Amino acid sequence: MQFFVDIFNIFKNYWNYLLMGVANTLLIALVGTVIGLLIGLLIGILRTAPLAGKAPLRALQKFANGFFSVYIEIFRGTPMMVQAMVIYWGYAFATGGNTLPLLGAGMFIVSVNTGAYMAEIVRGGILSIDKGQFEGAAAIGMTHRDTMLHVVIPQVMRNILPSVSNEFVINIKDTSVLNVIGVAELYYYADVIKRFNLQMFQNYFVVCLLYFLMTFTVTRLLRLCERKLAGKDSYTVFGSQSDPDAEIHIHRTTEEIPND
Amino acid sequence: MTEPVITLSHLQKSFGTHAVLRDIDLSLFAGEVVCVIGSSGSGKSTMLRCVNLLETPTGGEILFHGENITARGFDLSSYRARVGMVFQSFNLFENMTALENCVRGQRIVLGRAREEATKIALHYLEKVGMAPYRDARPRQLSGGQKQRVAIARALSMNPEVLLFDEPTSALDPEMVGEVLAVMKELAAEGLTMMVVTHEMAFARDVASRVVFMEGGVIVEEGTPEKIFTSPEKERTKEFLARYFSA
Repeated sequence: MQFFVDIFNIFKNYWNYLLMGVANTLLIALVGTVIGLLIGLLIGILRTAPLAGKAPLRALQKFANGFFSVYIEIFRGTPMMVQAMVIYWGYAFATGGNTLPLLGAGMFIVSVNTGAYMAEIVRGGILSIDKGQFEGAAAIGMTHRDTMLHVVIPQVMRNILPSVSNEFVINIKDTSVLNVIGVAELYYYADVIKRFNLQMFQNYFVVCLLYFLMTFTVTRLLRLCERKLAGKDSYTVFGSQSDPDAEIHIHRTTEEIPND
Repeated sequence: MTEPVITLSHLQKSFGTHAVLRDIDLSLFAGEVVCVIGSSGSGKSTMLRCVNLLETPTGGEILFHGENITARGFDLSSYRARVGMVFQSFNLFENMTALENCVRGQRIVLGRAREEATKIALHYLEKVGMAPYRDARPRQLSGGQKQRVAIARALSMNPEVLLFDEPTSALDPEMVGEVLAVMKELAAEGLTMMVVTHEMAFARDVASRVVFMEGGVIVEEGTPEKIFTSPEKERTKEFLARYFSA
């Protein structure tokens, strides 16, 4: 019984800390996922572009591709907690003691970390579009840029949405490692509250609950988006043999694909 | 004699050390329907893909109205708009409706206004009998329907020449007919076409000229009557005998 009273008191006494923690966590995760996706799109598109005809441009392309590979390998191959320390203190070391603003540093770290994963997700998405559609586009005179813009990327965005949602959920949880540099996200406030009330288990239980509520809500919301983006399964057939003005509406009731 | 629209001269294509096309000479004149026949691996599809530069030739020249299409500075984009292609696997844009498939290329490549492009697209969808399905997406259509939309997409660019790369090979026998009927109609209207096909009856009835390929060279060419009733070369006889005995 005492446990529930403790929990209630944590919410009652420290709601402002908890709210700030939740807000910062969501903000960092959201910004990190969006910027990470943009980085991923940029790298994914550049890495799958055909090599240029002109030699200097081709050399630049090869150099950039090499750089992207190194970036992806390093950020996927090391823990984000360590990346946070290296970037934050690396900046301090390089500037003779200046430090980055914490919230900004947190967003930067999550963005570049997510970008490395997104680059691979986007590249896979582009490679999964069959070569035929590229040829179909080329055959009517569309350039590679036209093809990417009008044909490939719209399909890639729809196909990678589940992976992007997944990254967002991972980011909500993984912002907790940013407490090593002192970013005021949710986990950081659990540490703060515990110094007041000394209730280790109760505090982390509350924080755990809040993380779950965030990830659960976000997962459901993004699932809804996915359904919207999957597009209509119905269409209209205009005209029939007996009546040229007839409109026949085709509805296909698709079985829900169980993916939970 | 008028000047050919497309001329292949000493065309060669190798993939690494494997020579797929060795020294192809062929001309396509306005209003002609040239059917290219031959067994798989004879190089007929590769030849067609070279004409649209989906494959880069490794030797020889391709001339379009006397202009070398592999020359530096050649406007490939507008060339491809004038020489359309229909593929075995349709290659429709999966994210667009049938109508949008036919509109988008006109807008981007030819810079046509939306109303004009839509009008043209609907005209050709009507022609191939797919206007009722203008709002359907490729995944909602059958193979034959997809191929007819693909033909409408190519026609919407108002090409001078249309290349067909085994347009019925991926279709059920029942759907082959509907696509061939559309192609016959186009041929009757005088569209210049080069068709790689295994449909011998179509080649016999529709072609103005039949080209038989084998091992990366043109073995024999001539009118359908000549190729199908009195071929000169032994290889042509063997190929056709196997076809018509089966």
